[in-house]
Amino acid sequence: MSEREATEGEGPLLDNARPPANVHDALVAHTARPQDLPARADCVVVGGGIMGLATAFHLAELGVKDVVVVEKSYLCSGASGRNGGGVRAQWSSETNIRLMRESQDLCADFATRMRINVWYRKGGYLFLARSPERAAQLEASVQLQRANGLRTELVDAVRVKRIAPEVETTGLEVASYGPDDAVVFPWPFVWGYAKACAERGVGVFTHTPVTGFETDGRRIRAVVTEAGAIATDQVVLATGAWSPELAAMLGLSLPNRPHRHEICSTESLKPFLRPLVADLATGLYCSQSMRGELVGGVSNERVPEGLDQRSSLRFLGLYSRELLRTIPRAGGLRVLRQWGGCYDLTPDGNPIVGRTDELEGLVLLCGFMGHGFMMAPVMGKRVAEHLVRGAHRELFERWSLTRYRTGKLLEETMILG
Amino acid sequence: MSDKIIMCRCEDVTRHQLEEAVARGHRDIESLKRFTGFGTGWCQGKQCAALCARVLVELGGEPPEAPFTPRPPVHPIPLAHLARLTEDPEAP
Repeated sequence: MSEREATEGEGPLLDNARPPANVHDALVAHTARPQDLPARADCVVVGGGIMGLATAFHLAELGVKDVVVVEKSYLCSGASGRNGGGVRAQWSSETNIRLMRESQDLCADFATRMRINVWYRKGGYLFLARSPERAAQLEASVQLQRANGLRTELVDAVRVKRIAPEVETTGLEVASYGPDDAVVFPWPFVWGYAKACAERGVGVFTHTPVTGFETDGRRIRAVVTEAGAIATDQVVLATGAWSPELAAMLGLSLPNRPHRHEICSTESLKPFLRPLVADLATGLYCSQSMRGELVGGVSNERVPEGLDQRSSLRFLGLYSRELLRTIPRAGGLRVLRQWGGCYDLTPDGNPIVGRTDELEGLVLLCGFMGHGFMMAPVMGKRVAEHLVRGAHRELFERWSLTRYRTGKLLEETMILG
Repeated sequence: MSDKIIMCRCEDVTRHQLEEAVARGHRDIESLKRFTGFGTGWCQGKQCAALCARVLVELGGEPPEAPFTPRPPVHPIPLAHLARLTEDPEAP
């Protein structure tokens, strides 16, 4: 199936996601007990973040019987629990625009289908351009977005003031406004998928680190964890910034690198800011959550190498300066908490998803450039359909690891942070 | 009754919510904090962390080796003050 066919069509998504009758009323544990780790499985998903859980859920929906998820820490411990919760379709490539349109629909429906409150708020996304170069970039992206059915508009300072009165428009060239973009609270998505997995017999094992793999030539034989080995010939690696480490256990070298990104949250105010406000030049983004807090981050190139989830005082300075240049009246608001998480960066700004030439039965699902959370609902569905029915082959060939050998690299200019 | 006992005053988390969270498999302090929201409000857990940790153990969860990861700043600080931090080229 071509990608064009695959992404067309409106209407309800997560069609089969309605929980079986009465099950949502029962108290279903989101996680399994370590002693219940099975000795074999049809498919082992490594990584209990939203990407792995969404994939496991859709595999179960498509009838795969024994699916197991192993997570080295607690639910929401990685980037799925540390991101800003933005869900936007404003991207600069046709593939990302179309995929995110579908993901947005899945997110909008998630609370109803999964029976968990995700604090979904469709306040739009406002991208500010404060230089002619950025303006030209936004204009090109908006044209492509509109050609793909988005309601994104280019707006001037007057309109910006109408959409977000507190935003400073001095020096503004132009902005793009996508009214259908949204912000959610990320954690309930993780719990919702975990619950739906449990309801369908998928074991989600937290605090179960993978220590290695058993292979036989090009075939995978087992996933070895601290709690025991699981015999399987299908493995989905959905481990975000930890993917290079895990892939190395399989003798596979990934070009991804982790990059620490920090966020902070302020005390709550009554609602005053509808859209998420962002500037691609500085990487600033900021939105008001359903709890009333301002949540946001900013680009910071100078961070420690490798996997590092600590927070820094330097970030608070960088962020506050950029935020107050954009929303000057926020100066009196106090920062309550800050935290860090890891982006999973790839050399060409596009994900690495699909099978590999090196190992049969391995599917990579990583490299989402700090935007994996919003992509996960649609990616989980696509990857499961690919594994079970061989669908979406064209997309996963384009996004495969092989492109770094063949030189067929991709492009994306709307990466934040 | 346990739905009337407040454990975290900033976020209105009751003992009943802690019980439900543990029953749902949130059996360690980090997971319990996230699922119930205790310790994420104005005081950032200064008043409730020890109490919630004790209840977690009472309910048969994993005994925490330390409080949950503390999130700076220790006290709330206005953005305007933070914006005046000078850029230290040596800072991490």
